[in-house]
Amino acid sequence: MAEYNAMEIMICVAARELENGATVGVGTGAPCAAAMLAQKTTAPDLVIMFEAGGIYPTLPEMPISVGDSRTFYKAAMAGSMGDIMEACSRGFVDYTFLGGAQIDMYGNLNSTVIGNHAKPKVRFPGSGGANDFASFCWRMMVMTPQNNRRFVEKVDFLTTPGWLQGGDSRAKSGLPLGSGPYKIITDMAIMDFEPQSKRMRVISIHPGYSFKDVQENCGFELLKAPQLADTPAPSDEELRLLREEIDPYRYVIGR
Amino acid sequence: MNIIDQGQGELFLDPDPDKAREFFRTKNRKQVNKVMDLKDAIARFVKDGDYLAIGGFGANRTPIAACHEIVRQKKKNLGFAGHTSTHDMEVLSAGEVYDRIDVAYVIGLEARGLSPCSRQYMESGKVKVTEWTNYSLAARLRAAAMGVPFVPTRNVMGTDTIKYSAAKTVECPFTGKKVVLMPALYPDVSVIHVHEADVYGNARFRGIAVADIDLANASKRLIITTERLIHSDEIKRDPSATRIPYFLVDAVCEVPYGAYPGTMPYEYFSDEAHLREWLNVEKDPAEFKAFLAKNIFDCKDHEEYIARNGGMKKMLELRAKELLLFKEV
Repeated sequence: MAEYNAMEIMICVAARELENGATVGVGTGAPCAAAMLAQKTTAPDLVIMFEAGGIYPTLPEMPISVGDSRTFYKAAMAGSMGDIMEACSRGFVDYTFLGGAQIDMYGNLNSTVIGNHAKPKVRFPGSGGANDFASFCWRMMVMTPQNNRRFVEKVDFLTTPGWLQGGDSRAKSGLPLGSGPYKIITDMAIMDFEPQSKRMRVISIHPGYSFKDVQENCGFELLKAPQLADTPAPSDEELRLLREEIDPYRYVIGR
Repeated sequence: MNIIDQGQGELFLDPDPDKAREFFRTKNRKQVNKVMDLKDAIARFVKDGDYLAIGGFGANRTPIAACHEIVRQKKKNLGFAGHTSTHDMEVLSAGEVYDRIDVAYVIGLEARGLSPCSRQYMESGKVKVTEWTNYSLAARLRAAAMGVPFVPTRNVMGTDTIKYSAAKTVECPFTGKKVVLMPALYPDVSVIHVHEADVYGNARFRGIAVADIDLANASKRLIITTERLIHSDEIKRDPSATRIPYFLVDAVCEVPYGAYPGTMPYEYFSDEAHLREWLNVEKDPAEFKAFLAKNIFDCKDHEEYIARNGGMKKMLELRAKELLLFKEV
């Protein structure tokens, strides 16, 4: 079996979640790498959208910014932020891939502050387009390394909505009905959300890890699916595409 | 309308459309020559205490030359729309020119990492912060562009982002659903960088618009920096290419490579080595001070900044990179 690192397996596993013909709103870095890998493997007609306005580009290389020229290279349209976010708001966008400094058991994300808002201990970039994508896209996915600092009982600041307080709290919030977190992909496992409580639930474990490892690297109690799947390891072809064609300078997979 | 929920953040600008109309009533409708030096435009149209917005997207078609000039002229107490602001914010933070900010995306330079200088300034307690999102700020500019006090959206509900914003949640009178009202944002002054403009301010740009059409319409004063001036006959020959009409514009400044070290679509790619240097040098205050002297305070203008960072040779390299001249795709 080929050797691979934590970032590589996250990207490969994430890419497999995107089906052909779907629309996906992505940010730079790992989400973009996953979308590019999906286009080169199982989803050649995946429609990638960037929040700054790029619609359905043929990415010649990994963009550095969600607004750089690569994001509308040989694209269907170089539009506006309104074009993208309003397509999401109208229900045209199936998936989004996000990250964040902290995530809780309902998939809520923090990318704003640690500590007090007025004089924070650590200031992060803020929502950017994350709250918008997570509010509007049908299925929100998160890619993040599995550890106790990121997976926390309570996020310091709820920047981006997951299932909010669980149960039917999101449905009551006023956010578009039927949208919400779908899967969480880490370097150890794939999680979904138990349909009633909306709590995070482990459904598949990556090679070399156990449920115990995942739980020990999570700051809250995880649910466990009745049947845990074994995540297939990245294939030689997935790794070749990722290393040679998608990220030859190791911007993302070298992190 | 019954207010269900509202943010506790400060609303920095008045969303009253009648006050905005009174201002827009006073703007000159005549096509007059508005060409001037960037230095003069910033001195004349960016006043201490103004609320400033910057066009483009972080380091993409962003008027970096204007950001340098604002810092060079030591503007003070500005409000700032932190709408996908990356390198523009890094420059403005270095000058500490703003003291209040509407945040959508700040501090970071996307995949390049976070700016230590912007972060330190934001964590200093010197800056008043109201939280929004990228689309929320775009919607606020849309409301202003429409000449209405707000537009409704369906994001942010149930989060701390709305709690620290100045938006309000109400019940829709038609459907009974909850909607968020995003208050109109009329910046006092904005700067937008474009590919081509005529002397009156009719402006063209290529590639993604981001939120610049609404920004141009919403702004009380608007400075256009352009890669090049073109004859007005060319505008008239193809009016469908005009993205910003002249009457919105107060100043037209010809600034070739005005988005450097960021990207200008179809013209030049970002100078990643120089952007990395910015991020690295910020870690050492003494080194950063010397760096700012070299690149901003001791430079007469943008041309000198570029000359100090590789000059025309560098620009040609960045053009080749932007156009993928030597890459098989």
